[in-house]
Parts: sequence; C-alpha cells; structure tokens
Amino acid sequence: MLRKYLATATALVLTMRPTRRADGRLRPAARALVWSAALTAVLVAVVLVSATIGPVSLTLPTVAKAALNAVGVPTSVGVSLGGLSAFGLTLPMPTVKAEYTYLFDFPVDRTGEVIVRRIRLPRIVLGAVVGFALASAGTVMQGFFRNPMADPSIIGVSSGAAVGAVATIALSISGPFGLQLSAFLGAILTAFAVYLIATENGHTPVATLLLAGVAVQTFLGAVTSYLLLHAGEDLEQAIYWMMGNLENAAWDEVAVTVPVAVAGFLVLLAYARDLNVLLLGEEDAHTLGIEVERTKRVLLAVSSVVTAAAVAVAGVIGFVGLVVPHMMRLVVGPDHRVLLPVSAIAGAAFLVATDTVARAGTFPGGTLPVGIVTAALGAPFFLYLLRTREVHSL
Amino acid sequence: MSPGLPGPLAALLPIVESGSGSASDTEAAVDDGAAPSDPSAVSDASGASDSDIPGAHGTPAARADDALIDVRDVVASYGDTPVLEGVSLSVAPGEFVGLVGPNGAGKTTLLKTINGVVAPDAGSVRVAGEDVHALSSRAASRRVATVPQDTTLAFEFPVADVVEMGRTPYHGRLTSDPAAAAVVERALERTETAQFRDRTVGSLSGGERQRVVLARALAQETPALLLDEPTGSLDVNHQIRTLELVRDLVETEGTAALAAIHDLDLAARFCDRIAVLADGDCLAIGPPAEVVTRDRLRTAFDADAAVLSNPVTGTRSVTPFPSTVDLNCRVHVAGSGPAAARALATLSAAGATVTAGVLPAGDVAATVAADLGVETVTAPPFSPVDAAAEAAARDALADAAVVVLAGAAPPSVRALVRDHACLVRTGAPADAARSDGAEDSVDTIATSPVDTVAETVREVAADRADRE
Repeated sequence: MLRKYLATATALVLTMRPTRRADGRLRPAARALVWSAALTAVLVAVVLVSATIGPVSLTLPTVAKAALNAVGVPTSVGVSLGGLSAFGLTLPMPTVKAEYTYLFDFPVDRTGEVIVRRIRLPRIVLGAVVGFALASAGTVMQGFFRNPMADPSIIGVSSGAAVGAVATIALSISGPFGLQLSAFLGAILTAFAVYLIATENGHTPVATLLLAGVAVQTFLGAVTSYLLLHAGEDLEQAIYWMMGNLENAAWDEVAVTVPVAVAGFLVLLAYARDLNVLLLGEEDAHTLGIEVERTKRVLLAVSSVVTAAAVAVAGVIGFVGLVVPHMMRLVVGPDHRVLLPVSAIAGAAFLVATDTVARAGTFPGGTLPVGIVTAALGAPFFLYLLRTREVHSL
Repeated sequence: MSPGLPGPLAALLPIVESGSGSASDTEAAVDDGAAPSDPSAVSDASGASDSDIPGAHGTPAARADDALIDVRDVVASYGDTPVLEGVSLSVAPGEFVGLVGPNGAGKTTLLKTINGVVAPDAGSVRVAGEDVHALSSRAASRRVATVPQDTTLAFEFPVADVVEMGRTPYHGRLTSDPAAAAVVERALERTETAQFRDRTVGSLSGGERQRVVLARALAQETPALLLDEPTGSLDVNHQIRTLELVRDLVETEGTAALAAIHDLDLAARFCDRIAVLADGDCLAIGPPAEVVTRDRLRTAFDADAAVLSNPVTGTRSVTPFPSTVDLNCRVHVAGSGPAAARALATLSAAGATVTAGVLPAGDVAATVAADLGVETVTAPPFSPVDAAAEAAARDALADAAVVVLAGAAPPSVRALVRDHACLVRTGAPADAARSDGAEDSVDTIATSPVDTVAETVREVAADRADRE
C-alpha cells in the first residue's frame, strides 16, 4: 500500500511540471506558491497515511480526526531555566513552555487518538521538520558551493554534532536535552571553526571552505572513533545515534526544532534571489550588486544552524539534504525562489515516508534507523532520475 | 515558443512607457541619484539626466574632471605580481574608449578595478563622482555594469532570468523592482536575444551567450559600461552589431563605455579614443588616428605592422607582420599596383625609411604610400613623367641604399632605376610578364617574393655596406 502511495506521489510530482511558454510563464512567486501548495498536499497525505501504519492499524478517518484534534495554537509562551550538568558543572539551559488552545474536538476512538497523538504524530512531525531543515540547507549548500555533491554537512556540521553526541553518551553527561544540546553545540562550533580556518582578510574562497570542511570532518571522524572505543556498553547507543533515527521523538523536541527550522528557512528564502546570482560566480555577483562575502556568511551561518537543529534531534540522517534538492531541481529548475520552498516541503514528505518504512519494517533486533532507509531508497531513485532526465550538471 | 512580445508584457509596455513607468523611473533615479533608470527616460529628458551625471556635457575630448569614469594612478597586483603600475585614464559621458594592448598588459585587471572587483593598492577610481571602492556593491552596480570576458553562467537558467539578474541592484530583499519586466524586454530586444528568451543558457552557442551577458549588463541601466573582449566569440556580423549597439548607447544615452578590444581595426573604427596599455602602464591615449601608429604598436605589442586607412570605413586598419627584420636603411620602391603596395607596407613595417615613385596618382600603391607617410613622387596617370617628377625621383634614388622594383613599371620608371647599384626585383611572374618584354633591360642583383622582400633588402644592404 505504501509503495502505491509513494508511486502516485512521485508520478504526480513529475507530471505537474508547468510548461514554459513565452506568453504563459508564471512568475517565480506564483510558481513557488503553486508547487508548494501541491507538495504540501502531498506532505499532508503522506503524514496521514504514515499515521495509519504501525503495530496497530488505524483507519484514515480516525487518523485524520485525531490529527486535527492535535492542532493547537500556542496561547502563552514562557521560558524557564533548567540545568545541564556536565563534568560536575551545571550550565543554565532555557526551556520553552507553551500553553496551547486546541481548535478541533472530533469524537474519536480513545485508543486510536492516544496512539496518533502521543506516539505516531510526534515522530512524524519531527521527521517532517528534520526533512524540511535538511533539504533547505542542502539546497542552499549546493547552490552556494556550485557543487552537486554538496550536502548540508559539507562544512563539518554533522561530524561536529557526532563528536558532541558521542562524547555525551560515552562520558555519560546528563541533563535536559543534554544529548541534543551537545550535538547542536558541537555542530555550530565545527561550522564556525571551518569558516575561520578558510577565511583570510575577510575573504572566504569557496574551494578553501570545501577543503577545510573535508579536513575537519576527517579529524572529527578520528575523534569520534576514539570516543567510540571508550564508549564501553554505551557503544550501541552511540552507533545508533550516528545512523540517524527518530526513535525517541517527543513533542518537546518538535517545539524546539520547529521555530529554528522555520525561522532559518525564512531567512534563506529571503536570500534566494542572491543565491541565484551567486551561481554566476562571485565576481559577476559582485558587479551585479551582491555583497558577496556578507551574503556567503549569512547563508553559511543560517544553513549551519538549521542543519545543526535537525542533526541534534535526529542524528546523522544522510542523503535527504543531497538527493531531495537534486530531485526537485530536475522538476522545477534551478531558480532558488521556487526550488528552496519546494525542496523543503519535499524533504519533509520524503523523510516522513522513509521513516514510515523504518517504523514498519520489521527485522530481527528491533527497528531500522531511518538513515539507512533514506540512503537505501534515495540513492536508487536518484540514479533513476539521473539516467532518465539526462541532467549532468548543477 | 513564439517570438515577439508575450501577451501580458505587450499589454504592459505602452503603460510603462507613457505614464506609470516614468513615475517609477523617477523614483529609482531619486533613490540612487546616479543611475538613469530607463534609457527612454534619459533620451526623452536628457537635460534632467545630465544633472544627475557629473560633467555630462557630451564632449568626447574629456578633461579628467568631466569624466564619468576617472582612474588615477592606479596600482594593482595579484599577490606579489604587479599588474598595473600607475595607470590613469578617463572616460567622459557619451564617449567610447577602447583599451588595447598585448595579452597580460592588465586590461582585464584595469576593468576589474573600475567595477570594484579588484581593490587597487594605490590610486583612485571614481565613477560618476564616487569612489567605487567606498561604495556598497549594490550602489556600485547601479553606476557601472560589466560584460565579463568569460562567465560561469548558471546553465540551466532561462535567458530571460539571466537578463533579469541585471536588475539585482534595483530589487529589495523582499520586494521586486516594478520596472524589471519592461527593462528586461528592452535589453533582450536591443541585443537580439528576445527569440531565446525561454531557452536555457546552456543550450545557446558561445556568441549567443555573450549577447545574453550584454543584455544583462544593459538591464543594469548604468551610466558606465565596461566590456571585456565583447566581440571575442562573435561572428563578423555580430561583432559589428554589438559594437554598433555600444556606439548607439554611447550616442543616444550618454553612456561612458570602456572596452578591452583585441581587434585593433574594430577598436579604431568604433572608439572615440583608444588607450594603449602595455606592461601595466598606459602608453598613450587619444583619437585612433593619433594613437594607432606603427611605432606605438611596435612598443606595445612587439610586432611590426603596417597602419593603413581602410578605404571603406575611413578608419585605421592595422596589418601586423611577425617582427623578424629590423631595417635601418633608406629603401626606394619603384613600380605600381598591388605588388608595390605590399612591398611598401612590408618594408615600412620592418622599419625602413621608405620613398616611392614615380607612381601614377590614384594608384593603390600611391594610396598606401600616403597612409604610411611615405615620401612619394607622383605623376598624373596616363601621361609621361615630367622633368620635375623625374628630378625628385632621382634625388630619392640617390639617397636610397636599396631600390625595390615591384609590380608593373612603365619604361620611363625602369629607365630611372636601371642604373642603381642595388636593385631588387619583387613581384609575381605575372607582373614581370606584363612589363612589355623589357624586363631584361633592367639589371637586378636579386629577386625576391614580396613576402620576404624585407629579408632580401636587409641582405642586399648588408652586402653593399661590406663592399663600401
């Protein structure tokens, strides 16, 4: 059943490419809206179908009602200080508390509602946010580096997150959001370090950045391996985190990740036109009025934060940020004003779908980390597109 | 894909050109001060735009303080390699200046210091009265647009989108420039790229792509336009059309254009002034007729060239020869027709002090001799050589170390030269056959094809010097 849905969704996406005609071409904003609306519909469908799948089979109406009942509007937001203890120190750590008003109250089977709201939806929504964040950052990084192999982690964000997370696991640091926070900090610090290494006299050549990223990733890989050697009985947990999974998703994580991802995405979207011009090369971009170095700093910083937020809650999920932007570029073309929102929503749908496979797939020893599924499904589909659409450049 | 205006745009255009368009143009002009927003607005109300551009008096012979582009003592380097060593140059509004010079002379670097890409180590670059390097790149790109030599074009973008990127300095972060559609349409039409509007840049040929980049620069609507080898990959037709377009911009809209051009003939034909750049230094700047000279080309390019006047365009035409021989002697060329013309040009390019005669007035060789500044004895065509001409010719012959008899020569001319000690015969056998069977009456010491006449003359002159 799932395969059928996925195939239908794919066919829908591929056949809806609007033809370009001199006297009928939609403006980029309109194209972005049309495509986003279509893909949002696909995303909602994927979310609802995904929520029906699991050890307990639920019907679509039950899921739809339960999901609508879960739609809440925050009425008050408060920040309280919690604490994170590490190495005997307690670091202050703000926690966001919000009160929600729920809009709907459909009569629904109680068990079904609990399963949907408490178990399946948090994971599905978190998957959607993570996919959204990774695909946005991946789109921006591919444009930024003018390199089709660029992904959100190209400047070492994921490696940094891995060091942070594995250190937390191996050294048994605890605290609210301890694992996520240290992964996030590791990611941000790494991105910042790579940027500093590659910058000279206020200029950050893209090629230097790329190579510095590769070198730092290699180094951090060594650090992670060393920490793993000393992880002892925590080894399995650490490895599992590094494979990328949404196993322990909860609404708290959603509440922290959504604002970061959405705010970051909006900033990136505001820079979509600049990103298009940057594709012409930095000198041309400068003569066309782009403040090249400042724009590069903004794009790098924001996409690193967005990626770090995703990686912190879901571990290293590869391939979403690499493949989804490519798939969408084949469909909607290279204009980032259209490509960025479309990729982001497609990334959300893609990760929800692949995580559904991960949840539903039974194999000896438990469930499958979603990172394995994204790579296993994404790569062949990408190769199929590559061979059939004859696209060989960015 | 139908050519011509798309429906919605066609509907828009009249409105834009008459009423609302000029309102938004005024806003843009007020917003920036320097950039004329719509070319039509500029030509309609040139008085208003002149007040925006300092010194827009349209006098091609620019004084530095009238200049729209004013480069003073600019020093620039790539790392430790000095590229520009104190270059000064200015371009007035309504003036087209060509930048010529050998490879590696620093032409591209000079253009990059003007558009703000390369920061000079010393000196100043002002465009429309502002120091380019103190401006934001947004403000700079409203003053100066660049057609780069090669562009990493994002190949999957449609042509219209690439041209629209020229409006980048007029867009807000979240808002779009309202004039963009009309300006882009105009730029597409002026560069004859409108028919490619919806094709991706990657599907175009190199020359078509270059015109797209030119359209992008036009869409920037700047008072200054820089072009780096704009005709580099264009066919002859589009070379001319592109330069005509630049000329048109310069004349109708008061654009200050500066173009690096390799083709000296094209530069001389289209530019008001030419600047010769060599070894990071500006050797000369002035009208083509003054600047494009054999001596200067020799200094700048290390190549011998015959600088003639193109009879069709009336502008300078440069025929370069590989620099192999350096003649320091006086050579007299007798004979007429194309062979004599070629001998004159070759010998002149090789550095000889050339005299010619007796030539029938109006002969191709006489025209070439006049262009080359060769001292020439002429006689009216189809009439015998008179006494005065004969005396003048004898004087020239007496001073010449070597005499070259090239092409067809009447018996009177052959009689004049036959006694000279060093007589070289050049020209195709056909020329000899035409000389009414009297060839054997001339005693030559060497014969040479016209291509190598300079080498032969050098050998003959050297022999003569040895003998004396």
